[in-house]
Amino acid sequence: MNVYYTYGRVKGDSKKDEQTIYVRLFYGRNKIQVKASTQLTIRKHGWNFKKGEDADVVDLAKKQIPPQDLENFKNIKQRLSDIRVHLKNEFRKLMLSREHNSFSQIQWNDWARAQLGSALFQGQKQTESTTKFLRKRENIRRIEPSSSINLDAKTPEGPIDAKWTNHKNKMKLVAPNNRPKIDVIVVGTGLAGASAAASLGEMGYNVKCFCFQDSPRRAHSIAAQGGINAAKNYQNDGDSIYRLFYDTIKGGDYRSREGNVYRLAEVSVSIIDQCVAQGVPFARDYGGLLDNRSFGGVQVRRTFYAAGQTGQQLLLGAYSALSRQIGLGRVNMYNRHEMMDVVKIDGKARGIITRNLVTGDIDRHSAHAVVICTGGYGNVYFLSTNAMGSNASAAWKIHKKGALFANPCFVQIHPTCIPVHGTNQSKLTLMSESLRNSGRIWVPKNKEDAEAIRDGKLKPTEIPEEERDYYLERRYPAFGNLVPRDVASRAAKERCDVGHGIEANDTNEGVYLDFATEIKTKGKQVAFAQGDKTPTEEKTIELGKKWVEEKYGNLFQMYQQITDENPYETPMKIYPAVHYSMGGVWVDYNLQSTIPGCFVAGEANFSDHGANRLGASALMQGLADGYFVVPFTLANYLADDIRTGSISTDSKEFVDAENEVKSQINRLMNIKGTNSVDYFHKKLGVIMWNKVGMSRNKEGLQSAIGEIQVLREAFWKDVYIPGDADEMNAELEKALRVADLMELGQLMAVDALNRNESCGGHFREEYQDEEGETLRDDVNFKYVAAWEYVDADARNSVLHKEQLKYESIKIADRNYK
Amino acid sequence: MAAKNIDIILKVWRQKNTNAKGKIETYELSEVSTDSSFLEMLDQLNEKLIGEKETPITFDHDCREGICGSCSLYIDGRAHGPQTGNTTCQLHMRSFNNGDTIYIEPWRSKAFPIIKDLMVDRSAFDRIQQSGGFVSVNTSGNTLDANAIPITKDDADKSFEAATCIGCGACVASCKNSSAMLFVGAKVSQYSLLPQGQVEAKNRVQNMVRQMDKEGFGNCTNTGACEVECPKGISLENIARMNRDFLLSNISSDK
Ligand SMILES: Cc1cc2nc3c(=O)[nH]c(=O)nc-3n(C[C@H](O)[C@H](O)[C@H](O)COP(=O)(O)OP(=O)(O)OC[C@H]3O[C@@H](n4cnc5c(N)ncnc54)[C@H](O)[C@@H]3O)c2cc1C
Ligand code: SF4
Ligand code: FES
Repeated sequence: MNVYYTYGRVKGDSKKDEQTIYVRLFYGRNKIQVKASTQLTIRKHGWNFKKGEDADVVDLAKKQIPPQDLENFKNIKQRLSDIRVHLKNEFRKLMLSREHNSFSQIQWNDWARAQLGSALFQGQKQTESTTKFLRKRENIRRIEPSSSINLDAKTPEGPIDAKWTNHKNKMKLVAPNNRPKIDVIVVGTGLAGASAAASLGEMGYNVKCFCFQDSPRRAHSIAAQGGINAAKNYQNDGDSIYRLFYDTIKGGDYRSREGNVYRLAEVSVSIIDQCVAQGVPFARDYGGLLDNRSFGGVQVRRTFYAAGQTGQQLLLGAYSALSRQIGLGRVNMYNRHEMMDVVKIDGKARGIITRNLVTGDIDRHSAHAVVICTGGYGNVYFLSTNAMGSNASAAWKIHKKGALFANPCFVQIHPTCIPVHGTNQSKLTLMSESLRNSGRIWVPKNKEDAEAIRDGKLKPTEIPEEERDYYLERRYPAFGNLVPRDVASRAAKERCDVGHGIEANDTNEGVYLDFATEIKTKGKQVAFAQGDKTPTEEKTIELGKKWVEEKYGNLFQMYQQITDENPYETPMKIYPAVHYSMGGVWVDYNLQSTIPGCFVAGEANFSDHGANRLGASALMQGLADGYFVVPFTLANYLADDIRTGSISTDSKEFVDAENEVKSQINRLMNIKGTNSVDYFHKKLGVIMWNKVGMSRNKEGLQSAIGEIQVLREAFWKDVYIPGDADEMNAELEKALRVADLMELGQLMAVDALNRNESCGGHFREEYQDEEGETLRDDVNFKYVAAWEYVDADARNSVLHKEQLKYESIKIADRNYK
Repeated sequence: MAAKNIDIILKVWRQKNTNAKGKIETYELSEVSTDSSFLEMLDQLNEKLIGEKETPITFDHDCREGICGSCSLYIDGRAHGPQTGNTTCQLHMRSFNNGDTIYIEPWRSKAFPIIKDLMVDRSAFDRIQQSGGFVSVNTSGNTLDANAIPITKDDADKSFEAATCIGCGACVASCKNSSAMLFVGAKVSQYSLLPQGQVEAKNRVQNMVRQMDKEGFGNCTNTGACEVECPKGISLENIARMNRDFLLSNISSDK
């Protein structure tokens, strides 16, 4: 027996200050469906009730309904009138309180939804049977979109190359003398957070900045290896702002917003100037000028780097700027503090609740605006290249409070990581994409050779040239080993799926990244440059190895430490791994989420990379957002707050939020089950990797959605967290994060299921051409899927679409052949 | 090399909080894969402890790739363990043998109070950086073009090498005087090797050294233990450079 309900705003209702919600209850079995509904309209100055159509929907007498069903239908009708009474009372109370006068569209919706929830589940006069079936979560099936959320990207008018300048000229400012009256919270100290906090502090705002590590310098941006893009065209190979913009849109498989991406390309140029001025020691050539390398998906050299530690150097640059502001007292830094929730007052973000990770104290912090820069959610897969602490909680908490979450299924699987080796493995290690400048990717042509290698009977160096399949060079001659990441990853999977994998792990998943050719070519060049035109083979190889060491020394060393193999002598083994999340909190052109006053920057937002991110563009985006975008768009928002005065943390909203956080923690601590947090996290990871990973299909996604649901319920019944909540408790920290990842993981599957096309990192097996390339559907899916939170079950989330418009770029197939 | 499993005995420093008294506890752990990293071995121990409803061991870690500088274990009397040139998280169990007894302690220094078990408070490093470890350029992006001032490759490379310090504190932990000279020297050198860092060079070195002394780090007596244990191979040259800068700034500073 199934009972469904749906609700939403009635279509065609366009008046801004009017909300109509309807409730329909369905009951069905054996192809018999009965339904009953009620409809309510709320206006700011009164309300209106329609009784609904329950009486005449179905002529029961005409259908042969078994008596027991008839009984249930009566119950439904009874239930509906209970709901109606409950809602009516609540409306009346609200109208009398006049609170609703300040309600925004979103708040109306929140309110209606909350009331409906309590009416459905806690209505007083329930009969035994109705309570039973209505309480069951699984029985709730569909909720129609409440179209009241208006997704306005707020992209400025005008030609693409003038949008940002025009916008900057028009935006409101906050005068220097007013800035000290305004408090801003920045959560996160990666490239986005550190640069935003430093800039805002320098402009004169009161900034509070938070990170969960023991120092802002340890944010995960530190681990980025390869480099940062900028359209400087120092190499004179035809680069330009337009080309960087074009490459990024194309690389993202036409699923990102033109205006934002153009701005990113535009400000990229200033980033390099800024960093050099801060003393970031980028790699230079012998003439003393900045050196560049090339990354996947492009045909120019625009990537600036500092050996294989570009992220470290850039972050330390931003950290130095932040440290300067902390020293000057303009930024208050809270290390080892985790944001637990956002606090909304009158619909606006006005603060956060944090947990001091050392003492367990729960604290309230107020501000006029909140900037979330908390990084990506790759750890939903358990094994990823992200740091152990990387998490989605801050983003997820604001999502639960009204910020839409966009394109959650767009995740980047990076082609060159060290393959999985064992069950106790805690994370995967990236081998920078820059290696694909010099390395050639291959597997044995013959499956027998692959098998012999796995069995340890054959060495890769023993396989002759003609027995090797350099499959990227074969399939994509124009870009070769430098195709974009999603393409390279899938190609590796394809080879391993048909039995050519060379790694002796459970799944035989691994391919070679070989430097032998490069060592020879470069060795020869160096010898020639030194005047030796006939170098011996040994000499060439020796010089070549030196050359490689200078370029990639630390990566080779890292590889050797982990695998105990020497990549100068034998090819590296690599395999794709989860790396980056293109999806994230939906933001408009100003990087503001659908919660007013809550801005989101860096990897945590969805904005610039569409369905696939190009290498070296995340660092660019983080610094662009933090240094050059948020400081301006935030001022535009804060200009209305100069008279607000400081915000008290004693309000009901703060008290409620704090209590909510405390009760969630208590709930977790009191489960006292039998399994550790990692036990559940690993299980989640396996479901995600197998069914919502590199390639996806309808059946897999459907089953993932169900499996995650079951796992989440098990987690909340059976997790065991040792220790207490009022002390340093790493297990509790993990549990709080995993609880959110469970919900996010399910939403990713829901989103992937909804997107009936293949694009970028999202590969649906049903949508591919004969050669296994992605088949995008621009007619039906050229939109950003922005999901609205309803409850922990992501199947109930409501989809909103932001249609993408391409005015400056002709949308085309993505071809790297 | 094929992985194998080993059994080990761990002697681990346990301390409930900063003020509590700590002591070494003994744990036996079997079936540790030699392919596991040292921290994965500790994960395995923690999972076992959780299974036995014991309190797991607290330690700092995040990136597990040797770059964030979080991990900080004193293993068998050496900062970051028996190998040179790597961090605790990069250490693998293949460096140990079946039946080994391994001692694990936190960094020990007055300036790094213990928070819990193996986790210490290194915020003193942050405060040193805040006192002068930066170039006072505003964040507008309206600066010189990045290529306006060429920098010789040699200087750029040396500056980069100094800047690769991950702020882990192994230098302090392995110094018998708990001196932070290698860390501070590296930061001072990164800037003093670049034209952008010259303008404030004198004040920088003065301020950073003053803050370092205030934090309670000891003096440098040139024993060189720091250089040996530094996972990033930061060289003693940086200390010499800082000393030179410091002396120069004393002579010429108007303060
Ligand atoms: C191994 C690796 C290599 C990479 N290489 C490159 C590269 O070569 N080029 C490139 O462009 N990109 C690269 N990337 C991607 C890039 O590094 C990241 O996308 C980018 O650094 C993210 O920066 P961020 O500021 O958004 O977040 P992060 O740097 O992840 O920072 C997140 C911050 O938020 C804080 N935080 C998180 N949650 C909370 C909470 N609940 N409460 C309080 N604080 C919180 C953290 O403490 C941290 O300070 C790489 C990524 C990885 C994993
Ligand atoms: S100098 Fe070396 S040992 Fe000291 S903090 Fe830096 S990286 Fe660690
Ligand atoms: S955990 Fe980051 S350096 Fe060891």
